[in-house]
Amino acid sequence: MSNAREEILRRVRTALVDVQAHEQPNHIPVDRSYRHHDDAPRSEIVARFAEEVADYKAVVHRIKQSELSKTIAEACKRRKAQRMIIPTDLPQEWLPKGIEGIPDNALTYAQLDAGDGVLTGCALGIAQTGTIVLDSGPRQGRRAITLLPDYHLCVVFEDQVVGLVPEAITQLSDRVHQTGSPITFISGPSATSDIELNRVEGVHGPRTLEVLIVA
Amino acid sequence: MRRSSVPIELKASFPESAKTSLRDTQLRRNLGKATQTIRGKRAAVVNEMPDWENLREAGRAIKQRVMRHLDHYLLELETAVQRAGGQVHWARDAADANRIVAEIARNHASKEVIKVKSLTTDEIKMNEALGELGIHALETDLAELIIQLADESSSHILVPAIHKNRAEIRELFMRKLGVEELSDEPAALAEVARRHLRDKFLNTKVAISGANFAVAETGTICVVESEGNGRMCVTLPEVLVSVMGIEKIIPTWQDYEVFLQLLPRSSTGERMNPYSSFWTSVTPGDGPQEFHLVLLDNGRTQVLADEMGRQTLYCIRCSACLNVCPVYERVGGYAYNSVYPGPIGAILTPQLRGLENAESLPYASSLCGACYDVCPVKINIPEVLIHLRGRVVRERQERQGVRHNLYPEDLAMQMLTQIFLDQFQFERVQRLGRLGQEPLARGGFIGNLPGPLAGWTAMRDMNVIPEQTFREWWRSRYE
Repeated sequence: MSNAREEILRRVRTALVDVQAHEQPNHIPVDRSYRHHDDAPRSEIVARFAEEVADYKAVVHRIKQSELSKTIAEACKRRKAQRMIIPTDLPQEWLPKGIEGIPDNALTYAQLDAGDGVLTGCALGIAQTGTIVLDSGPRQGRRAITLLPDYHLCVVFEDQVVGLVPEAITQLSDRVHQTGSPITFISGPSATSDIELNRVEGVHGPRTLEVLIVA
Repeated sequence: MRRSSVPIELKASFPESAKTSLRDTQLRRNLGKATQTIRGKRAAVVNEMPDWENLREAGRAIKQRVMRHLDHYLLELETAVQRAGGQVHWARDAADANRIVAEIARNHASKEVIKVKSLTTDEIKMNEALGELGIHALETDLAELIIQLADESSSHILVPAIHKNRAEIRELFMRKLGVEELSDEPAALAEVARRHLRDKFLNTKVAISGANFAVAETGTICVVESEGNGRMCVTLPEVLVSVMGIEKIIPTWQDYEVFLQLLPRSSTGERMNPYSSFWTSVTPGDGPQEFHLVLLDNGRTQVLADEMGRQTLYCIRCSACLNVCPVYERVGGYAYNSVYPGPIGAILTPQLRGLENAESLPYASSLCGACYDVCPVKINIPEVLIHLRGRVVRERQERQGVRHNLYPEDLAMQMLTQIFLDQFQFERVQRLGRLGQEPLARGGFIGNLPGPLAGWTAMRDMNVIPEQTFREWWRSRYE
């Protein structure tokens, strides 16, 4: 429909007759005097992240690196999860004995749907909003694996947590520009307030989100 | 032959529809509760942001930049999407857009497509258009599903089924989805939707979405949502079609740092909505391997052409202005006869459709200005409303030629113009009025004006002209 394209562009240009030909987009000033960085101490930022994630009804644990495998074992046991989907590059030492890790070697949707849960890392955490960011990078796998299982167990290292949304957007910038890989922001489990404004946790995405914050 | 879409329909005027809506006490109760709840949540999360005003100003300026250079950004976006392996289509109107989407579905022999809630596709009546061609468009958002099953239309941008209570939804699900036993607990109702749609998500080939934002620089598109149906639709099918209005562009990836703070807090009153998906055309081994972006005009360039009205296109569809509007809170969404209700609808709909097709909407406001205060991109809605009211009158005068001189309101205005032009004339009329008001005045007020003036006092009392006017008092000081 190239004629539609030409016509729309013509309409746009006709509509903008008041814009002088020499005006460039960057001639319109954008005042970016909002906060770009959270200057609070690291410990405070991580604590806020834990608090905000929990505020969304996600289950949060703060642990030491040496406790990681043990905590994963306990979480899976509580959840009665035996067969956990994992990205192919998940560190071996994360997976405790007794839990079957099913690496995503191009699993079908039906296979993903049948898993008891999924265990991944993440790209970033945002303290201000309690958000976990996945960018298909290391220890995360493709988008479908964190979407179909009903239980998502996610490992966030303290040094991955940033303070504010602008910090996260800046950190993701290189990845967007270089690879264009998909990015997902997750803030608590799936939810709806469509019925009489009552919040219901869990509609289509994982209904349980459990987050391990590792020092 | 029936056309696949009807861009302009004859609609009831706002006052006519408002009368019907006001009689629906259930709707008013639900809306009152909903708007009050969301208002409170929004205020709480906005108040915790020390730089909220800076973010609003940045959001406004970024959108202003985009609108003044929309041709530049549209071409940049097209190049970026194509570079990343996506296809770009241009649609002048609803018919164009619906034809493009139908062709894509047909190319994949799809009789059913899944959809993410999208106002833009509601605006162009895509579900109906596809339906006429034998393609079923299945809504996957819970509220949209409820409305689709009930064969109704939305009453709120954000919570479209706000007019239905849980008992009604339970009854609907039992009847339409063949569920035998079901409680009216929201969690149980949501579970039914999950089971019903899961199979569709896993097996449907083509999905259709809108777009909250599209970055011109990189072609990265964003859909924000709560339930996960959006993630399902943009991740699982083989083919993804996103339909977006040409005004949804933002220049750079970095600009998300502004809008991802403004939108969730203004919209649902959350610090961040549960899920936001960003994708850049196609990624091998992850998600749909065929991506189409449909750029829709459908009246937007008309809005762009009005220098004052242009700011209407900054709108990011958060619905904050609906929730604070005293008019919307009482009449609800249906009275606006548009997929865009509330204050933003009162300025957007007439400009998209042409003023003559919705000329009562710019008057659907008390001009209290609450909408401007909460707008995350600082659209001066009252200013645009007044501007459009002026245009309504001018355009009617132009259409009617000299006949407009006989229109009662115009007659009255012409008379008032003459009176206000001359100080002595004005004072003479005041003195006359003081004499004439005697039989009508009760305790300093006039409750019922006679004849053609009765309309003025139908809703309000009028102050009487006082014994001594300000001018008379001023002069008396020197006497």
